[in-house]
Amino acid sequence: MSDEIDITKLETPEILELIQDDLYDGLADETVLSVNELLKRDLTPYDVLTKGLVAGMEIVGSDFRDGILFVPEVLMAAKAMKAGMKILRPLLIETGAPQMGTLVIGTVKGDIHDIGKNLVAMMMEGAGFNVINLGINTDVDAFLEAIREHNPDIVGMSAMLTTTMPYMGVVIEALKEQNLRDQVIVLVGGAPLNDAFAEEIGADAYCRDAAVGVETAKKLLAIKRGQPN
Amino acid sequence: MSTIQSMIAESGYIVIDGAMGTVLFAAGLNQGDPPELWNINHPDRVAAVHQAYLEAGAQVLLTNTFGGSRFRLALHNAQDMVEQANQAAAVILRKVVDQTEKTILVAGDIGPSGEVLAPYGELAFQDAKQGFVEQAAALISGGVDLIWIETMSDLEEVRAAVEGTRQVSQDIPIVATMTFDTHGHTMMGVTPEQAFDTLSSFGVSALGGNCGNGPEEIIEVIKKFHAVDSQMTLVAKANAGIPELVHGKAVYRASPETMADYAIKSYQAGARIIGACCGSTPDHVTAIAGALARRTQA
Repeated sequence: MSDEIDITKLETPEILELIQDDLYDGLADETVLSVNELLKRDLTPYDVLTKGLVAGMEIVGSDFRDGILFVPEVLMAAKAMKAGMKILRPLLIETGAPQMGTLVIGTVKGDIHDIGKNLVAMMMEGAGFNVINLGINTDVDAFLEAIREHNPDIVGMSAMLTTTMPYMGVVIEALKEQNLRDQVIVLVGGAPLNDAFAEEIGADAYCRDAAVGVETAKKLLAIKRGQPN
Repeated sequence: MSTIQSMIAESGYIVIDGAMGTVLFAAGLNQGDPPELWNINHPDRVAAVHQAYLEAGAQVLLTNTFGGSRFRLALHNAQDMVEQANQAAAVILRKVVDQTEKTILVAGDIGPSGEVLAPYGELAFQDAKQGFVEQAAALISGGVDLIWIETMSDLEEVRAAVEGTRQVSQDIPIVATMTFDTHGHTMMGVTPEQAFDTLSSFGVSALGGNCGNGPEEIIEVIKKFHAVDSQMTLVAKANAGIPELVHGKAVYRASPETMADYAIKSYQAGARIIGACCGSTPDHVTAIAGALARRTQA
């Protein structure tokens, strides 16, 4: 579709819109072309990130939440996002762009399910977060070590099994013991979870899916940083 | 007429068993440990679960091999146990079934790889297929009557499992069910209608829905399947509701009575092979079998 378009002839707002369409359609090469073109213009890397990629992934996220898009489309969009981020990441660091936040995420000990957790990781990257994905079967020590090393704003835990979800509570207790609990926002998710469970174990929120995860992360982080929406 | 069809012709329906994992956890399986290794280490406990479902009235019993592919076992460093675990599972179940005079089918259970197939994920189709060849070969060598592919969300993965099975045996019956737990679609966005078209083109003996968010969801899926073609043999295998954690223990809210009601509604919607998935116990299957027997006699 976009190979017929000469993007150098487009206005900047049109390219930003095009990036959003290309992300939606999971077109990595086209996304990269648009990112490079925008960088040649008067946009900062941060603007390209927020007004292009993040704005595009927000649409993907809300359509995923509403059952218009499904996992395959989201995975392709995330791949396109990643391709764009590969160009932007060094430039963002170079220009000292504001950081959206850092997330440490893992599927808890005893649990080997990772599709949902990876989807959250991708969507959070799509929202501009720095994501440290600890993988599956993550024990308390691995969470604590990653939290000390990366000083995240948010800790995300996933569990697919009723037998492994209580382990999230174990991790939260350890955070309290180590005086780390107040430093981080704890979000939990996974098929068998619900709000009541999140409350029972002392998490900050339960997130039904990846899109809700991103929304909740942004909202709670804004509150924590004292920023009104 | 296949055995499945002749069993349905005889009594009007087939009752399948309920959860294996749920019952094994209650029997002492540690959280996170693979149930499939109990086929080797605790065959007696696995056999006891089968026996309980048999006594509850199940006519199709599934081997304890849902996570028995190399993809799942590799997560426990047990990828070299595929042949042993799957073959043992089939032998255990066959032995239980052989002790009864009734016609009971031994179904070799194959669950999803847990990975996302290319191009969306990393698992190549051929690698997926090869993994299913290995699992199906072990199940068939252990003596299963049919292969039961379930909880799938990606049509390509079902194809890999069906082709994998067919590489081992040209004629063993295959049943395939998918999980429609995401806005009426599978996680990968497959509608019941798309699933029907593709699965029936694979020549399966029966197709349907399993697992998910509880009984109501499956009944809607069965209605959609039935609307496409009322001649197809349909499978309903719902979870016993959504688990809730009460005092640190998972509790499934659907009572045996609720599952009995679901069984009747599934039957009315067109399902002829009916059982239960996660959270169910022999009590649920007893209720399902009882309700269907009363219903069809009435």
